[in-house]
Amino acid sequence: MVKINGEAKEAAGRKLCDYLKEAGYDSRAIAVEYNEAILPKADYETTILQDGDVVEIVCFMGGG
Amino acid sequence: MEKQEDCLVIGGHAFHSRFILGSGKYSLQLIEAAVQDAGAEIVTLAVRRANTKEQENILDYIPNGVTLLPNTSGARNADEAVRIARLARELGCGDFVKIEIMRDSKYLLPDNAETIKATERLANEGFVVMPYMYPDLNVARDLVEAGAAAVMPLAAPIGSNKGLATKAFIQILIDEIDLPIIVDAGIGKPSEACEAMEMGAAAIMANTALATAGNLPLMAAAFKDAIAAGRKAYLAGLGRVLTRGAAASDPLTGFLHD
Amino acid sequence: MENQFFVDSEKLSERALAKKHQLEQDPTSRKDPMEYFPDMEQIHSPVREKVIAAMEAYDYDSYTAVDVRRALNHETCTVEDFKALLSPAALPFLEEMAARARLETSRHFGNTVYLFTPLYIANYCENYCVYCGFNCYNDIKRLQLDAGQIEHEMKVIAASGMEEILLLTGESKTKSNVSYIGEACKLARKYFKNVGLEIYPVNTEDYRYLHECGADYVTVFQETYDLKKYETLHLLGHKRVWPYRFEAQERALRGGMRGVGFSALLGLSDFRRDALATALHVYYLQRKYPQAEFSLSCPRLRPIINNDKINPLDVGERQLCQILCAYRIFLPFAGITVSSRESAAFRNGIAKICATKISAGVSTGIGDHEEKYTGKDEERTGDEQFEICDTRSLEAMYADMAAEGLQPVLNDYLYV
Repeated sequence: MVKINGEAKEAAGRKLCDYLKEAGYDSRAIAVEYNEAILPKADYETTILQDGDVVEIVCFMGGG
Repeated sequence: MEKQEDCLVIGGHAFHSRFILGSGKYSLQLIEAAVQDAGAEIVTLAVRRANTKEQENILDYIPNGVTLLPNTSGARNADEAVRIARLARELGCGDFVKIEIMRDSKYLLPDNAETIKATERLANEGFVVMPYMYPDLNVARDLVEAGAAAVMPLAAPIGSNKGLATKAFIQILIDEIDLPIIVDAGIGKPSEACEAMEMGAAAIMANTALATAGNLPLMAAAFKDAIAAGRKAYLAGLGRVLTRGAAASDPLTGFLHD
Repeated sequence: MENQFFVDSEKLSERALAKKHQLEQDPTSRKDPMEYFPDMEQIHSPVREKVIAAMEAYDYDSYTAVDVRRALNHETCTVEDFKALLSPAALPFLEEMAARARLETSRHFGNTVYLFTPLYIANYCENYCVYCGFNCYNDIKRLQLDAGQIEHEMKVIAASGMEEILLLTGESKTKSNVSYIGEACKLARKYFKNVGLEIYPVNTEDYRYLHECGADYVTVFQETYDLKKYETLHLLGHKRVWPYRFEAQERALRGGMRGVGFSALLGLSDFRRDALATALHVYYLQRKYPQAEFSLSCPRLRPIINNDKINPLDVGERQLCQILCAYRIFLPFAGITVSSRESAAFRNGIAKICATKISAGVSTGIGDHEEKYTGKDEERTGDEQFEICDTRSLEAMYADMAAEGLQPVLNDYLYV
């Protein structure tokens, strides 16, 4: 299981970029924290999700 | 006095507008009009988990050329603020960050001690750090030491529209701190923004006052004018306030003999 | 007026006289005043540049009555307001300035006036500062008190009731070295609650040592902030190094001193510019060291032994009062000390407006307190630095201040 934005997902073994695409994220508009470190966009292609990984996917929203 | 262009300089970047616009609590469709009518060159944003797959991208609604100022709202301590700031930078918005650390979800008052820590760490990482804080002179001095690019004292509890409740303390920061003092949070009316600018504040940050107005773009324009007027008054040097009942007494300088 | 300061003593050797004349007449024979001696610590501080840039840009004739009026109506006095208050345009507003200054003083200090006395423990000096009675070419009786003599003086002073003392030496690092001064501080701690120092500038570590010995305040007069003028007045010795002197207060604070004192010697150069620079020196250091205490003095030139022609030039009492009121309005938190160089009438008057500290029972000579306090002849005394004007004893001063409606305070200080 991979913890993505706080939810357990069956995503182990998959490329991060594939997961993002399927889940419907616009990779232009997001940033990814992978096991508590910022993941550069270029690494989305090469990162294979592992069991126990923690992924945070964030974007901008309105705020003051 | 020689005439110079009056710019707001933050971390080496010059701005003509002294109105920093928040983008929270109103619909994305209104942002462009708000930015334009406010004449704002800096817009704040928040960073959140991207949970909704169909979510629109707020960046598509912000005109080009506007500097984005992501905040760290949601952070409860310095570690979380640093994490959020790094994510914001990865989102491709430049190096500006407004530190907001709240340990109190009822009044949303900033945690000054954690804010100092986060400021130091983020300044060391090359961020242009603009900490939101409770106006305390010693803390402001620590923020200067920590590498802040501006100091953002609150005027009143965030979102309260209560105006310059901390006026006397903000004045002290303006008088004593060599960085731009940007009044953030609590400003409810253009007249209050104007008053803070007359005092010598470098800029005003407002969000809720606009979001809760009947006509948001029109209120944005009103704030723009009020902030510009206050700035002009400050630069012009406020004149005399007549006080009643001047005190006539024995001369104090009668002893001088040459 | 070429120079009213140069006086030759018959006792100087031919060689000494030749060197003195060369220093006086040939600027190239003098050391570069910006160049530190090897033993002088250099700190990197932007304060000096800021102060000097503001002083050089100060055109006091450009200020008008309108600027002065505006300054007096501002709740907080800005640097610009202060410049207006120091300008000639402010002189007609002196009574209003005094009223505002008194208000600021009472807000920060109430109606108190602190009393202290200076104790000169040595008058040896290695500097040639042309206006000073202690200068190394001036023919005066030199003396350095030993520990026993210092303690005797302190007992005499303490017996008068005094609780705060300011220890002074001439500027001779070899005759009056840091450990000698440190021993004097330790003695002073026995007899007084508060010990200040007015000695030659030293390095941070020396200030730290002197603080450990019991001193908590350091006063260094810059004399004049006008480098060109300074260079023509301080011809020889450590004091010639102008930036090292400028940075003394900062080193003292870094060394752990609680407070620092500042002054220009009014009358040496353009007094308005010097007053501006003095106040800005305090202003910028206060911003950098907000925990510190600050005080200003305002000496005017006085006649010295062998030269009675020395005088404060264009700084009359009205100008002095204007400067002090402007200091008070601009720096309401700073102490202001008015020395016995000024008359009793002036000191009584100014204490009601803005002065917070005045000296009493003063001698600027060496080892002559018993003679001065009790009339008993002392065997050997050293000559004075300058002539004082107000000779009141502590007892008389205490009574006079109380009669003026002020509350004399001997001490409210805790050494920590």
